[in-house]
Amino acid sequence: MMKNIRVLGTGCANCKNTVALVEQIAREKGAPIALEKVEDLQSIMSYGVMSTPGVVIDGVVVHAGGVPARSKVESWF
Amino acid sequence: MNTLFADKSASAKLSQWLMSVGLACVAWVIAYSQLETMADTLVDVMGLSRQTHFGEAMHFFLFDTPKVLMLLAGIVFVMGIVQTFFAPERTRALLSGKRVGVGNVLAATLGIVTPFCSCSAVPLFIGFLSAGVPLGVTFSFLISAPMVNEVALVLLFGMFGWKVAGLYLGMGLLVAIVAGFVIGKLRMERHLEDWVRKIQAGQTAALADQAVSWIDRFEAGWTHVKQIVGKVWPYILLGIGLGAAIHGYVPEDFMASFMGKDVWWAVPAAVLLGVPMYSNAAGIIPVVQALLGKGAALGTVLAFMMAVIALSAPEMIILRKVLKPPLIATFAGVVATGILLVGYMFNWLL
Repeated sequence: MMKNIRVLGTGCANCKNTVALVEQIAREKGAPIALEKVEDLQSIMSYGVMSTPGVVIDGVVVHAGGVPARSKVESWF
Repeated sequence: MNTLFADKSASAKLSQWLMSVGLACVAWVIAYSQLETMADTLVDVMGLSRQTHFGEAMHFFLFDTPKVLMLLAGIVFVMGIVQTFFAPERTRALLSGKRVGVGNVLAATLGIVTPFCSCSAVPLFIGFLSAGVPLGVTFSFLISAPMVNEVALVLLFGMFGWKVAGLYLGMGLLVAIVAGFVIGKLRMERHLEDWVRKIQAGQTAALADQAVSWIDRFEAGWTHVKQIVGKVWPYILLGIGLGAAIHGYVPEDFMASFMGKDVWWAVPAAVLLGVPMYSNAAGIIPVVQALLGKGAALGTVLAFMMAVIALSAPEMIILRKVLKPPLIATFAGVVATGILLVGYMFNWLL
């Protein structure tokens, strides 16, 4: 099933690394995803995330604060 | 994966971590104790003498670079582990509902150990406010977190010793506490941007409270080292290189005439100069050391450093998204005043 993934972040280096990591691992696992970057502060805050980058899968916040560990990302797919 | 297998590989991994950390500690202590000898030897091998300008500069570079990098790697690793105990969500829970005063002290202190990146300053700011942390207390955190950080403290300790590092720690906390307290007393809540005020309390993600194992903590420490040291080492090399050049070539007391104790306008000038500059602690401290060595007064130099780190133009631009101009101006004004006082106090005390 297609997963809808949003990476929340104001565009710092860690946010870009997170996007790249998620993309890479989804490709490795062959999981179909729709990846979206959310950079607007008000939208980020609407998820209640306090430290960026945050990751939202199908509307649920699964990670916040820093680049997620590889093993964590793998567990999402 | 069945649990038994997971347990087994986890405990093997943990003992692997404990072994590596233990070995690294021993190697670290041995290497650290030999730094002076090593720098001496290297300078000799290169056929230089410390009596010459170039030899002295080279020795300074060869001794200080590994020393600072080793201190940094060690402390950053420990801080990476400590930070796993203080997720922003936890800090916020500790702070919400705290009264002004106690709350300011706690916020400034937690600012040291809570992981913080200037790019998440705004989400953090709003997250705190929406959980009922008072505005002034939030500011105490926001001032202390970038200013009193482990990189600044390590560099100060490595280059000036524990007294200066301790003074910086104490004064940094004091500025954060008092500035936050003053901002709280001024009742500036109406100068928050409207959309910020509309965010309702309790609108925060309930991140599943995952158990953090010691393996995770060690891994976090190591990631922290790679991130921080990986990012700051060029600045440190550049800074120490510049410092070495000043150390070897600029005449003694060159700075005393315009950065010395008796120059009353030096502190405000240093703060004014520091605000538009944006650098991390790593880039600025080696230069600071060299300036000090040539007769600049400690208070003036520390005020400069605090202004560069705590009040930066990029941070103001980010904060402008949530604060209206009067609040930004108050924030900058209160913090700058605090730094000024610290600068004068140091010059007067030492």
